[in-house]
Amino acid sequence: MLPRYLREPAERRTPVAYAGYKSTGLRAPLRTPVDLPHRLTEITGPVLGEDMVTAADADLTLRQGGEAQGQRIIVYGRVLDSDGRPVPHALVEIWQANAAGRYRHVVDNWPAPLDPHFDGLGRVVTDDLGRYEFTTIKPGAYPWGNHHNAWRPAHIHFSLFGQAFTQRLVTQMYFPDDPLFGQDPIFNSMPTTARHRAVSRFDLERSQPNWALAFQWDIVLRGQDQTPFETDDDGDVA
Amino acid sequence: MSADRLPPQVLAADESNDRRQGTPRRGTGFLTEPFRLGTTPSSTVGPYLAIGLTWPDGPDVVAEGTPGAIWLRGRVFDGNGDLVPDGMIETWQADPDGRFAHPDDPRGAVTTPGFRGVGRSHTVPGGEYAVRTLKPGRVPDGEGGLQAPHVDVSVFARGLLDRLVTRIYFADEAAANAEDAVLRSLPDDASRATLIAQPSADGYVLDIHLQGCTAKGMDETVFFAV
Ligand SMILES: [Fe+2]
Repeated sequence: MLPRYLREPAERRTPVAYAGYKSTGLRAPLRTPVDLPHRLTEITGPVLGEDMVTAADADLTLRQGGEAQGQRIIVYGRVLDSDGRPVPHALVEIWQANAAGRYRHVVDNWPAPLDPHFDGLGRVVTDDLGRYEFTTIKPGAYPWGNHHNAWRPAHIHFSLFGQAFTQRLVTQMYFPDDPLFGQDPIFNSMPTTARHRAVSRFDLERSQPNWALAFQWDIVLRGQDQTPFETDDDGDVA
Repeated sequence: MSADRLPPQVLAADESNDRRQGTPRRGTGFLTEPFRLGTTPSSTVGPYLAIGLTWPDGPDVVAEGTPGAIWLRGRVFDGNGDLVPDGMIETWQADPDGRFAHPDDPRGAVTTPGFRGVGRSHTVPGGEYAVRTLKPGRVPDGEGGLQAPHVDVSVFARGLLDRLVTRIYFADEAAANAEDAVLRSLPDDASRATLIAQPSADGYVLDIHLQGCTAKGMDETVFFAV
């Protein structure tokens, strides 16, 4: 039996284009996408595991022989599919601004300091139960040119492959109760019914005394459709 | 507080205008649909994706020196017909035998040594992507036939709030392309042409147009909902 993956209804997904986010204007396609039935190419996907990461990739606070500036935090959670099943052994890639809201990237030139001990890159592989954990610095907010006095709420970029091409997800994790949510078109492009799923939860219990605050965030990838289709041995689907 | 001091908005509140008319006040107590967690909504990669999404061997679906290796190349354009210099594409495909490097392929694992199936290429600096790979074989289409050789492609960029999905087919597979269920489902040859890579000096080339640009005679690439 080959799996098929659930299609989330459009009203619960982030649209590719959003009027308030100016860069979508010339980039988001204007034509309606064509439905692609899930065949072998779509229900398989890159299997990327331990050889993609080193132990040091889970801790973003210790780079170039020193400690990063800022509020030390633990970001942890589980990667699940929409049936609640853990997604084990899956690559999780993150990137983020430093405590001052500056990215170590040639295009980011707003006047905030770089941190010699922070490069903003993290990678882990989920464990048998789909769990992941990073130690990092709480990113700062940063300005951008989308509209007058536009600021991005603090966020961490996440990229996941899951176990199939259909499950590929790139998104951003936010922090609770950020006062910048209201004016941010990227946050508000997410449907109101789904927005809360992009916001992490402060977790006092997992915070480490005298060391780090903790934020918990579970990531849910598309699960399998309930009605798998039949296949015979040569992979020809009946 | 006496009733005559209550505002009209309070006095007028009763159950005559609520939204559950004609439906039971409470559910039946039984789940009528499978329980599901809502999926995490996607977002844009933004302009700084290179920090987190760079692999030193990103473009290597197969390693340098692999016999039969080809380059898949192309440029990514926006709706002005300008190059997109800060995007990224990922490719996923079968090996030359039509098998995937994945446990859900029911016919068994990939038979080509060193073939990982996935490629990743940023479009910096010139808006061009490039992956070194092997031309895929044909893959069952689930309806008793075979699909034409193809590569699934995800496109990511600032200004795209979700990834775009498209496919690369090959111009020198005309017979296979003619019977491919996905290509046949497209409305016309102009749409199909946006997915068909042309032979080049070291492999194949296919440009991706996020939007069409009439002034420059560019058609929007066909994108898929998966
Ligand atoms: Fe960002």
